[in-house]
Formats: sequence, C-alpha cells, structure tokens
Amino acid sequence: MRAPTTTTPAARQPASRLGRVPKTTVLLFMLPALTLYGVFVIYPIIQSLRYSFYDWNGLEPLDNFVGLDNFRRAWSDQLFRDALSHNVIILVLSVFLQVPFALGLALLLNSRIHGRAILRTLFFAPYVLSEVVTGVVWRQILRPDGLLDQGLDAVGATGLTHEWLADPELVLYSLFFIISWKYFGFHMVIILAGLQQLPRELHEAASIDGASSWQSFRYITLPLLGPTLRVSLFLSIIGALQLFDLVWVTTKGGPIGASSTMATFLYDQFRKGLFGYASAVSIVIFGLSLVVALFYQRVALRRDLEGTGLVG
Amino acid sequence: MVDLPLDPPAVESPSLRRRKWVGHGALYLVAFFVLCAIIIPLTFSVLGGFRTNQQLVQDPVGFPNPWTGSNYTSILQSGEFWRQVVNSTVIALLSAAMVLPAASMAAFVIARYSFRGRELFYGLFTLGLLFPVAVAILPLFIVLRQVGLLSNPLGVALPQAAFGLPIAIIIMRPFFRAIPQELQDAAAIDGCTPLRFYWSVMLPLSRPVLSTIAVITIVGSWNAFFLPLLVLIDPDKATLPIGVNNVSTQFSTDFALVLAYTTLAMVPALIFYAIAERQIIGGLTAGAVKE
Repeated sequence: MRAPTTTTPAARQPASRLGRVPKTTVLLFMLPALTLYGVFVIYPIIQSLRYSFYDWNGLEPLDNFVGLDNFRRAWSDQLFRDALSHNVIILVLSVFLQVPFALGLALLLNSRIHGRAILRTLFFAPYVLSEVVTGVVWRQILRPDGLLDQGLDAVGATGLTHEWLADPELVLYSLFFIISWKYFGFHMVIILAGLQQLPRELHEAASIDGASSWQSFRYITLPLLGPTLRVSLFLSIIGALQLFDLVWVTTKGGPIGASSTMATFLYDQFRKGLFGYASAVSIVIFGLSLVVALFYQRVALRRDLEGTGLVG
Repeated sequence: MVDLPLDPPAVESPSLRRRKWVGHGALYLVAFFVLCAIIIPLTFSVLGGFRTNQQLVQDPVGFPNPWTGSNYTSILQSGEFWRQVVNSTVIALLSAAMVLPAASMAAFVIARYSFRGRELFYGLFTLGLLFPVAVAILPLFIVLRQVGLLSNPLGVALPQAAFGLPIAIIIMRPFFRAIPQELQDAAAIDGCTPLRFYWSVMLPLSRPVLSTIAVITIVGSWNAFFLPLLVLIDPDKATLPIGVNNVSTQFSTDFALVLAYTTLAMVPALIFYAIAERQIIGGLTAGAVKE
C-alpha cells in the first residue's frame, strides 16, 4: 500500500497538456495580482529589510547607517528576549496541548454521537469572532472579582481564585487558554475534514481482525492523518510566532512585559518612533517563520517520502 | 440458490454493551464541557450588557435583576456605532472586490496555461502566507502616508487584499485545474480567447470557490485589528474592532457598557457565520487538506 502524499492527482497533470498562450496575455492576467502583491507585500518587506540597517525615527532622512547594530541590540535586549521566550512557550503549548485537544474533539465529532453537526458549528464559532471581541470578553471574565473568581467563590473554591491576567507568573498561561479557546475550532475542523477522507474499509477490516479502538487509532488513523496533522501543526507554529492581536487587546503584553510577544514588542518600538529597531524586529519574526517553514517542509516532506519507501 | 444472510446478527455481550455505554457517556460529557466553555463567555457578554454596572460588579453570575436595556439602546442610538458598522462593511466589501478579480485571474493562468516561470509565480504567492502584516507594517504605513491613504478605507482594503491573495490563489488553483481540459480545447478550437474563456466559462463554473473566497476575505477584514489600528487615525473612520477596543479602554470601569458594545459587535459576525458556515469551513479545509 502506498502512503498518501499531499499532492492531488490534478497537480501532476503534465504541463504539455495545458494550453499555450502568448506571454503578454499571461502578464495581463497576472498584472492586477502582481501589482497589488508587489506594492503592498513585496516592496514593504524589502523596505523593512533596508530600514533595519538604519537608526531612523521615520521622519528624518534615512542616512544613519548602523549595519547590524539593530539586530545586535535586539539580541542583547532582555525585553526582546523575554518576548521571544513567550512566543516559544505559546508555540510549545500549542503543539503539545492545543492541537492534540483539537484532534481529540475531531475524533469525537467523527464518532457516532448525536448532534455532531450542531456541535461542530458551535465549536467553530469562536474562530469567527474577532480577536478584539474575544480579548475584551475574556478580560472581563478574568478580571479580579470577575465572572470566574465569583463563580469559584460561589462553589466554595475560594482558594482557587487568582489574578489571572495581572499575575506575571500566570498571565501567559491565561492567554494561552484564551488563544486555544479561539483557535481550537479551526484545527478541529481541518483535522475533521482529514478524518472524513480516510477510507472506512481499513477500520472495518481492523475491527473484524479484533483490533481495539486504541490500536485502530494508533496504527491506522494517526499515520494516515499525518499530512493533515502536519498542516495543522505548521499553521499553529506560524501563528504562535506571529501572535499579536489577541495579546495586545487582552494584556498589551503586560503586566511588566510578562505576556509580551515579538510582535507586541515591535509595536512598542514603533510607537516610540524607533523605526529602524522595529524593522529589525519585524525581519527577525519573518526570518524565524521562514526558517521554521523551510525546516518543517524538509522534515515533513522527508517523512512523507519515507512512507513510500523511496527514502531510507 | 440459498439465501445467506450477509451480515450475521450482531451479538453483543452485556459487558461489551455496558462498556460502549460508558464510553459514549464519556464522549457526551466531554462535548458538554467544551460546549459550556464556549457558550458561557458568550452568554456572559450578552447578559452582561443587560445589567447595570453595579449588578455586574456584585453578581455577574445569575440573570440580570432587573433587566436593563439602557446600555444597548444608548449604543444603538449613537451615531458612532453605526458609523463603525458602515466603515467595517465598506472595507470588507472593498477588500473582497479587489481580491476576487486579482486572485482569480492569476490563479486562472497559473492553473490552465503553461508558461515559463509559472511555478515560480505560484511559489512567490504561497510564500506570502509566511508574511504577517506585522512584518510589513512600518513600510506599509510609510507608503500609505506618502500616497495620502491614511484614514482612508482604501488604505486598509488595498493591503488586506494584497495579503489575502496567497490563500485565495492556493484555494482557487486546484479548483480551476479540476475543470476538464476538453472544455478548454473545444473553446480554443471555436476561436474563444483566453479572456473570453475565463469570463464566460471559468467564472460561471467556479461560483462555489469564488463565494468561499469572498466569505473568507470578508470575515478576515471584518475582524482585522492591527492594520486598521495603524492606518485609520481619524476616529470617524474607525472600524468595529477599533471601536470595541477604544470603548473598552475609554470606559474601562463601565464593564456593562463595554460588554454591551462587544455583544453588538459580535452579532453581525455570528449572523454572517450562520449564513455562510459552509463556505467558511469548506474554504479553510480545502486550503489545508487538499493541497
């Protein structure tokens, strides 16, 4: 049996079968997209790279070239290092808690329980809410003496009340909970779609052979679900590195920077008018995302190929 | 011929049936807890808007007693809220109106024709998935300042459309690919130009994927925060998320008002979700699973 790859049959359509058109026609069709993309995506990113080599406040002429100083400064800036470490903590928690949780719920919705459709709709609902709405509502729930604390009081669990968003030791984990609340439905829906594409016969055959549900999950579902899970994990990792909106609305990175991320740090520098420094930070975020993406693609791709017996 | 029963009647031992029951009970229990975790915050927000601030501080848990509608009515009667609804709508529609033609034209030639650099262009667009707006935000701000698009709906819609291109092209390409080549050959023999083929054959056949992209773009734009925060300096141009954020910081002690405002901002998104659930979920999973 061949392990499934991520390529669709359509993608392997030979180029020779496709129509041919003059270059100018191709260019005319691409023109709107290329213009938009060039002006508002590519050009700003190149500019970011350029600004990152200058000490610049955004108003004066761009003439104080400082080389890699901004990057060195970020590396030795404890506030930036803290922000980076917060991104990493959220990333690790997302990979090891949020995605497995989403997988569990996807399995649940893929089983024969009643009301699956309505449960899927409701589980996904937080994803359509804006980060701002999510952040503001949770801030109200988690504020001192808010809904959660009073709820805990009401059931006699007074000892469990905390300053959920004001305690520097706790705030990052509270934020992670809010992030998961908003995004688990997204991962769940992706994984569920992957589950529904798996051929039923394998599980039926396994259950006839007396495999337990755990064995059937471990040796059939999980390997076949590999490509889908990797997409989910990848998006989760990139999301963790680029985290901004939800954090900014909920805590502004505080208290005393205990929940800052690279992006909130960047915005702080921007507001201080440190355009060069902020640009360097944005390049670091992009660079990290790119490295992760390339590395991930290599490793994930290798594993998919190993399944086919072509490698190793 | 003898009729053989294909499926022997299932014989379940009582212990197996009990185990199944326990298993199912656990599943329902988990589903129930997750459901609570989602519904409680939303209900809290809706009900919170019906309380006075006093009530909210003293007893945020039960039903409002008495129900007060003044938070909601005062917001609904203010011009500010409606202005923000209009601004958000205008920007969302503008973004979709730009993404759809630009992305579909590019995806069309990439999917249907062979030319040099085809994969390169596709790769360039997919690379865009890795660019968060945050990376480009400073130069973007400077560009928009130079061309005078700060505090202008276009200043948000144009970059949003540009950053929406990658996912739109990624979702559209396989869809365009799946349309039979014979159709294109026949059209070409009949002297149909690529533009004509795109307009009269591809687009009508691709309505599902076009509506998916439209819906995803609109939802993304409706929820966007970072870009509008920087670009829309004039308070009159603020979108709904900016409005919610402003109210929550300006009236940070009037919890009930903040919750009412948040609830009202939530409603359009939830209604839209109820209508377009199929497109939203279908689009996201198409991008992730089929590629």
